[in-house]
Amino acid sequence: MHRILPGYVVLICLLLMAPIVIVVILAFSGAGYLQFPPTSFSLRWFVRFLVDAQWQASLWYSLVIGVVACVLSTTVGFFAAYAFVRGAFGGKKLLLSLLLLPIIVPTVITSIAMYFLSARLHLVGNLLWIGICHAVIALPIVLLILLSTLQGVDVNLERAALSLGASRARLFLRVVVPLAAPGLISAALFAFLTSFDELIISLFLTGIRAQTLPVRIWNSLHLEIEPTIAAVSAFLIAITGLVLLLDALLRGRRAATMQAQR
Amino acid sequence: MDREREFWMLNRNALLMLPAFAMLAIVFLAPLGWFFIHTLFVDSDPSLLWPQIVSVIASRPMQQAILATNWISLLVTVSVLLMGYPIAYYLANRSGLRFTLVVFCIVVPYFTSIIVRTYSWMVLLGRTGLINQSLQTLGLIDAPLPLLYNKIGIVVGMTYVLLPYMVLTLFAAMKSIDRNLLLAARGMGASGPMIFRRVYLPLSLHGVISGVLIVFILSIGFFITPALMGGPSDVMVAMLIERSVEITLDWPAAAVMSLFLLVVTLILYAIYYRVTDVRRLMGA
Repeated sequence: MHRILPGYVVLICLLLMAPIVIVVILAFSGAGYLQFPPTSFSLRWFVRFLVDAQWQASLWYSLVIGVVACVLSTTVGFFAAYAFVRGAFGGKKLLLSLLLLPIIVPTVITSIAMYFLSARLHLVGNLLWIGICHAVIALPIVLLILLSTLQGVDVNLERAALSLGASRARLFLRVVVPLAAPGLISAALFAFLTSFDELIISLFLTGIRAQTLPVRIWNSLHLEIEPTIAAVSAFLIAITGLVLLLDALLRGRRAATMQAQR
Repeated sequence: MDREREFWMLNRNALLMLPAFAMLAIVFLAPLGWFFIHTLFVDSDPSLLWPQIVSVIASRPMQQAILATNWISLLVTVSVLLMGYPIAYYLANRSGLRFTLVVFCIVVPYFTSIIVRTYSWMVLLGRTGLINQSLQTLGLIDAPLPLLYNKIGIVVGMTYVLLPYMVLTLFAAMKSIDRNLLLAARGMGASGPMIFRRVYLPLSLHGVISGVLIVFILSIGFFITPALMGGPSDVMVAMLIERSVEITLDWPAAAVMSLFLLVVTLILYAIYYRVTDVRRLMGA
């Protein structure tokens, strides 16, 4: 048993990483079709991705929508998380489980309902509106990260600020936000990532005007598996890697802040 | 004075939830409510609602989709549990570099775009994909194996996407197991396998139940992976809903199927809510 387990875990870890690693390698392939291992290497698929006007537009749409979703869900989520941690009221578990519904309800249903309303309000293809819709989907992860962050903030520091006469706005800006900053940045990063990678809502709400990167990948996958998709995928994987790296660094900071408070 | 002020602040703090609930209500609950009310009560005759529901649910495509959805979700849940339990066990009993490496291998796919993860498995499993290519080069098979556009493809793809949820849920449950209980069992002469079967496994069982529930809940509503990796006979309920909107433009049918899927999902979520701490949802 003790000899099998590590081997099994290594095998599964390889299985988990293999598809991602292989796609990244394929993105650098020099051939015009998918061949592994590649016989030659080039950057041509990345060049095609970055030069093509349509891919550029998609990248831009994804960025704008991601920033809207990130700012909105982090702000709203921060206040909600603060209410959960510092507020005195009943039914917290039920209220929290309501706010987590967007990741439980099948996204296809949510998207169709959002489309049904958006079409009537002529909001299909509106970047700001898509960002707002993504913000609801990103809210659960923002909340979960910020709940654990704010639980680590010493309430006595807030009490001290209040007893020294700080106003509510000042308490937030000068005490709570700085103390929770690493968690806040993490939450914002994951909110952005959630929106940047979201496909189903975008599929219904972007129309033909504002196709995001995942929507473009989806459309191309129905036609053929071409190497440009590998390059775009590698790009999205790199963004994920970047977010995880920053989060790891921030976790270090968070641990240090908590140490310093003691 | 100070106490009074603090009490007042605590009550006011509850109000800070309002923006979040306003956003949830306007962007999430209102569209859902409007969609169901409009398609089922305004656009179609409410008195025909029940016959409509019965005829949609009893229709052949829907019955097949329900069957396929249940079967695929079951296969995915079982394979995710079998793969996830040993990993979570390993993680719960390790620290340092090995722990970090395994967590890395779980978390990187977890936060990679679902469409990218699905695409990468399509590259691996296709007719001319890497697996078939290497097997043919090695001379193990003559013709390519059908690994994509059937149930095998869906189950592999979905297992890959959902495994992290199971591992993180199980890990949280196993981390909270009191080590002293295992030592006590050992002290009383229990063997390794016996400790695992009689102490560890029962103590980790609520984690198993939570993990199974969350994976099954997410499975039955799955869309992207089955739509890309499944074959013509593997239409799941979520795909049927999308098709009746995009292809047949049958909004009432889409609404009835959505309502059905939504009710089943919410019932399972209610059970999940009873047995687990919702804060553990994403393994945060």
